[in-house]
Amino acid sequence: MDLSDSVLDHLRHVAALPDLSGTRYELESEIGRGGMGVVYAARDRQLDRRVALKVLDCALAGEAQLIARLEHPAIVPIYETGTLPDDRAFYAMKLVTGARLDHYLQGSPPLAERLRVFRRVSEALAFAHTRGALHRDLKPQNVMVGQFGEVYVMDWGVDAVAGTPAFRAPDAQLDQRSDIYALGALLQFLLPASAPLALRAVVAKAMSKDPNARYPDAPELLADIGRFEQGLAVEAWSEPLWHRLRRFGSRNAVLLWLLAAYTIVKLLLFFLRHS
Amino acid sequence: MKKILVGLVFGLVLGAVDGATAWFYPEARSMLTGILVGSSIKGMVVGILTGWFAHKVQSTGWGIVVGSAIGLLFAFLVAAMDTVNGRHPYLEIMLPGFVVGAIIGFVTQKLGMPGPAKSGAQ
Repeated sequence: MDLSDSVLDHLRHVAALPDLSGTRYELESEIGRGGMGVVYAARDRQLDRRVALKVLDCALAGEAQLIARLEHPAIVPIYETGTLPDDRAFYAMKLVTGARLDHYLQGSPPLAERLRVFRRVSEALAFAHTRGALHRDLKPQNVMVGQFGEVYVMDWGVDAVAGTPAFRAPDAQLDQRSDIYALGALLQFLLPASAPLALRAVVAKAMSKDPNARYPDAPELLADIGRFEQGLAVEAWSEPLWHRLRRFGSRNAVLLWLLAAYTIVKLLLFFLRHS
Repeated sequence: MKKILVGLVFGLVLGAVDGATAWFYPEARSMLTGILVGSSIKGMVVGILTGWFAHKVQSTGWGIVVGSAIGLLFAFLVAAMDTVNGRHPYLEIMLPGFVVGAIIGFVTQKLGMPGPAKSGAQ
């Protein structure tokens, strides 16, 4: 009996589904594929809650242990690890509902909101770096924005070759500064076309080809973003005089208006007296 | 630096500058020292009160409103005590006093260490 292509595809798909017998999880649907495995939505029968289940193509690598070490509000927590009957490793983690960053940006959020998301991602990365962990594949597809504005960075520590070219540093050896390059690329992706020159300069510095010319760590990069948000000069850019004056004017607009009002009042009184 | 101290320093300086503008009026030049001292003291008192308000309430808008109101009040008192050619120079003293009060109100909100948080509407 011949089987049609569609039936064969269906059989292949079903055969590839993880066998969750012997676990507390019940498969619901596939939600994504990464460099090292497939992520499914599943139900935890014991606790009656939905979870994300990542089934790895190989034996349990350091990935789960790595993420389990990273307890941070912007890093998806791991609930449990285990091995399937076919010897594939899996780990269960919090199921994040929301939008992937690239989809989230389609709603054209304002610049301040984009920078807020970027700040959360940078803080997660800074935290991971203090624990000796690298992300290695930071890109919009690995950042989720929840329905209440919470931000999660996912897919930590995948193999370097799996990194996405546009976000991967051209470094021979990956280290913290390679993640800084990816942060710069992420910021570039986040910025609207009309982004201020100061932020473009921050991107350029973070994405320097020479790792030593980049920000040494994520907090340094965040400090420059913070300076921009406060209306101060960013370290990444030696701004021209006209820009400095304009920034001063917009930062001190109320005071300048008040001083102008005082000058006008005084001139008015002077001319009234002498007219 | 505490907000009250910020108010005192800026009130003193701005009051002195405001008083010094009397130099442009030849008829007032003979009284310049008195005007300078009086204006500086007025600025200082407005600065202390505005700084105290800024210590209690952190709101730029309210800081400007309260600063200008205090500046206006003290300028009125000074103008009521003062006479030039037999008339009270209300306009000449109250209008700049109002704006100087607003400036001190703004500055005390922006500079200095705030007290326990009690934010007003921005």
